[in-house]
This record gives sequence, C-alpha cells and structure tokens, in this order.
Amino acid sequence: MSDHPAISVENLVKVYKSGPAVAGISFELAPGSITALLGANGAGKTTTIATIMGLLTPTAGRVTVLGAEMPWQRHRVLHRMNFESPYVDMPMRLTIRQNLTVFGMLYGVANLSERIARIATELGLKDLLDRPTGRLSSGQKTRVALAKSLINEPEVLLLDEPTASLDPDTADWVRSRLEHYRKERQATVLLASHNMAEVERLCERVIMLKQGRIEDDDTPEHLIARYGRHNLEEVFLDIARGRDEAREAAQ
Amino acid sequence: MSMHATEPVTFSTRRVAAMVLRYCYLLRSSWPRILDLIYWPAVQMLMWGFLQLYVAQNSTFFNRAAGTFIGAVLLWDILFRGQLGFSISFLEEMYARNMGNLMMSPLRPIEFIAALMVMSMIRLAIGMVPVTLLAIAFFGFNLWGLGIALAAFFLNLILTSWAIGILVAGLLLRNGLGAESLAWTFMFLFLPLTCVYYPVTVLPNWLQPVAWALPPTYVFEGMRALVIDHVYRGDLMLQAFAINAVFFAAAMAAFYLLLASARRQGTLLQTGE
Repeated sequence: MSDHPAISVENLVKVYKSGPAVAGISFELAPGSITALLGANGAGKTTTIATIMGLLTPTAGRVTVLGAEMPWQRHRVLHRMNFESPYVDMPMRLTIRQNLTVFGMLYGVANLSERIARIATELGLKDLLDRPTGRLSSGQKTRVALAKSLINEPEVLLLDEPTASLDPDTADWVRSRLEHYRKERQATVLLASHNMAEVERLCERVIMLKQGRIEDDDTPEHLIARYGRHNLEEVFLDIARGRDEAREAAQ
Repeated sequence: MSMHATEPVTFSTRRVAAMVLRYCYLLRSSWPRILDLIYWPAVQMLMWGFLQLYVAQNSTFFNRAAGTFIGAVLLWDILFRGQLGFSISFLEEMYARNMGNLMMSPLRPIEFIAALMVMSMIRLAIGMVPVTLLAIAFFGFNLWGLGIALAAFFLNLILTSWAIGILVAGLLLRNGLGAESLAWTFMFLFLPLTCVYYPVTVLPNWLQPVAWALPPTYVFEGMRALVIDHVYRGDLMLQAFAINAVFFAAAMAAFYLLLASARRQGTLLQTGE
C-alpha cells in the first residue's frame, strides 16, 4: 500500500458570491481509512466533498486524490473513484441492468456482465435487474445507487449521507455492505453524515466542520472522552451549538 | 486495487457508446418520445406543402418554383430538429438529476458532446426519414433527389445545429434549468435572419450582412438556386462551411468557459433553476 495519502486537502478555501463556504481547511486521509466529515447544515461538508470529486474549483488551496490535483487532473483518477449521494438520481426509466451497463461502460469495467451479476447478487438486486429504476422502493433505489458506486471497485469512495431517508433495517444493511467493501478492497472512504450512530460504528476518524473551518479532528472515542460526553451526537451538539448552549439544552 | 489500472487519458469511443446506449434505452422505453420526433415535422411539411400547392395554382412563379416551400421546411427542420435532438438529450440528464453522476464519472466533456451529436443524428433520422417519404407521397417532392447537394446542405445545417446545441448546453450547465427555454427558442432567432422562405434580397440592406454571417442563409439560398434555377452553388456551400468552422470552434470555446465558470460558481451541484 502507498505511503502517500489517498486524499490530501491543503488550505482549501471556497468562496461563493454569497460568502465563504470553506475557510482554509487541511487534512489528509491515509489509504484504506474510513473518515467522517461532520458538521451542521452549511458547515462546508458538501462543498469539501464536491471539491474532492472535481466538481468545484477551489478559490485557494490544493486538493489531490491518488496524487492527481483536482479538478485539473481529475481524468487521471476519476475511473478509480466513485461516489453516492441522495442528491443525484439514476435515470428512472432505465432498468437496473441498463443503468449499471451504462455506468460500467463509462468506468471501463472489464467483464461487465459478470460484474453486474456479481454485484447484483451481493446487494440483493438479482431478481430486480430488469425492473425500471423508477419503480423501486427508496431502499431498493439506495441499493442501486450503492451498486453504481461500487461498479468499478473504487479505491476512493465518497459518500454523502448514504443512509439518508432509509428505514433503520435498510440503513443497517447498507452500513454492513460498506464495512465489508472497505475491508475487502482496502478502499479509502470519506463519508458525510448526520447520523452519529452510523459514524460511531463505521468511522475510525471524525473531522468536525463548523462555518467552513475544522473545529476538531480525532477518533470518535477520543472526541467523546475529550468532550466528556456519552456519545458522538452530544459531541456534535457541543460543537454545533457551542458547549454552554448544548449543556443548557440537555438540562 | 481497482479492477482496471489503465488511465483513460484519451478520447474514448467506449464512453461515447455508453452515452448513446443510455439515450437509446430511454427512447426505446418511451413511445411518446418517438412519436414526438415524427409528429411535428410531418404536420409542418403537410401544412407548407398544401400552402405551396395553393399558391402555385395562382402564381406562375411559384408554379415554376415547385418544391421551394417544402424544400425549405424540410431543411429548416434539419437545422431546428438537429439542435433540439442535441439539447433534449442534454436536458434529459438534468430532468433525471443524473448530471452529477456523469460529471463525476470518467466521461470527458468532449465525449459527452460527441454522444449528443450522435443522438442528434439518430433522432433526426427517426423524425425526418418518414417525413421525406411523406413529401414524395403527397407532393412528389423528393429531397433525396437533390443528391450531392443534399449532402452539402445537410452537413452545413447539422454543423450549425450542433454549434447552437453546444452553446445552449454550456448555458444550461452554468445557469441550470432556468436557461431551459433557450433550448427550445434559440434557433427561432435564425428563422427570419437566415431567410428560410425568401431570398436575402428581401431583407433591408442593413440586415443583409447579418444574414450572410449565418451559415444556414447560404444553404437556403443554395436550395432556391437549385430548385428554381437548377444550379448547384458549391461556392455558397464552401462559404457556409468556413463560417460553420468558426461557429463550431466558438461554441466549443464558450462551452468550456461556461463549464469552468460552473465549476467556480458551484452550479454543477444544482439541478433546479
């Protein structure tokens, strides 16, 4: 495994016309690590992830993924990355098989039919492959989105709220698949989530964002201990609201 | 380790084929989409064809110039439908909220544009071939009989339609679906200026240079020279091609500038207005 970071963010600044979204953050993610990017709405999570994916040009600073500077050198590494987000959809009129075929071709997946059959079996989609994506339940659609995000067996996987609006059973199932995939492929995973239990279970490191800056960065256990709290949700509230305000709310 | 280690640093026909396949799946799954490709061109052609019959019965000139209107409407449809075919395929991604998936995939902008060009041709073929056959059946006007001239007309019209389609796609990426109406209406600016149904000399003197700055004007003048005077104006086609080359290069440059602007402004993340 390489000693170089899979993802490197150096002094990232992103300013929109409406104001700054990210105000100079830096972090590195080791290959094979799984990290959560946490923060209240507007803290800069989506902007950070979008910049890492090459969708946004930084106002200042530097972002590299697998050694390629984003967004300028993105085409060197996009076939080794993938992502899942509830803010994008798969084409609804296409069947699952058609969607996976199209994305498999875009990502240059070898032996695509076999890969589709294998991933469909792994994600419990085998009997649904020829059903239009628009006729699936939200849990099934999430599994399809997960199948798309894993179709090329990415080395870097970016997940923006992967279990948002899922029932607890489906959400738990998705987390299990992600854990399994990360261990099996030694993939680097960066996850944005509002579900603190999910983060505690999946992530070995948490980066807390507040108003575009890194407020804290540590393991979930260390953060909970350092803030003197029982779980990550309480730590999140401490950081998001300010410690005193959070204590008042708890009382 | 990823299951494929090669870097896709060059233009990939496989990725173009993937996008064409995606749009073919979509067309195949929806008969109203296919019907829509044929319906309006057929209505237009029939309306102008019957109008031409009526006018020809009452005018020696139009009797001599049989086919001018039908020829004009068919060529106009190549221009208009060529751009619509390009833009609608692009809009399908915005309607489906799929643009993020594509922009974060290895698909390069130039490959996306190439796929949209192929789809523009496929949609045009589905819509226009039956309509040209109807023109033969109803009015005895055989567009295919124009031979090599038709190839020159088609090449110039489709190049203009792609240039406009590429520009509109850039505007949509930069401004979101708020710019959608441009996809449907932009080409209508060309309708009076490119002199589809009348010669350039009809325009006021000050407007004629504007008309001659637009490649389709040369095609419609060339079509009239062929149908009325039975003369193929290769010189007009070459001039149109030269201007088209400039239009196409300018549209590509504008697209890349608008895409870069969308990356700076964060509009690639937005799917709405």
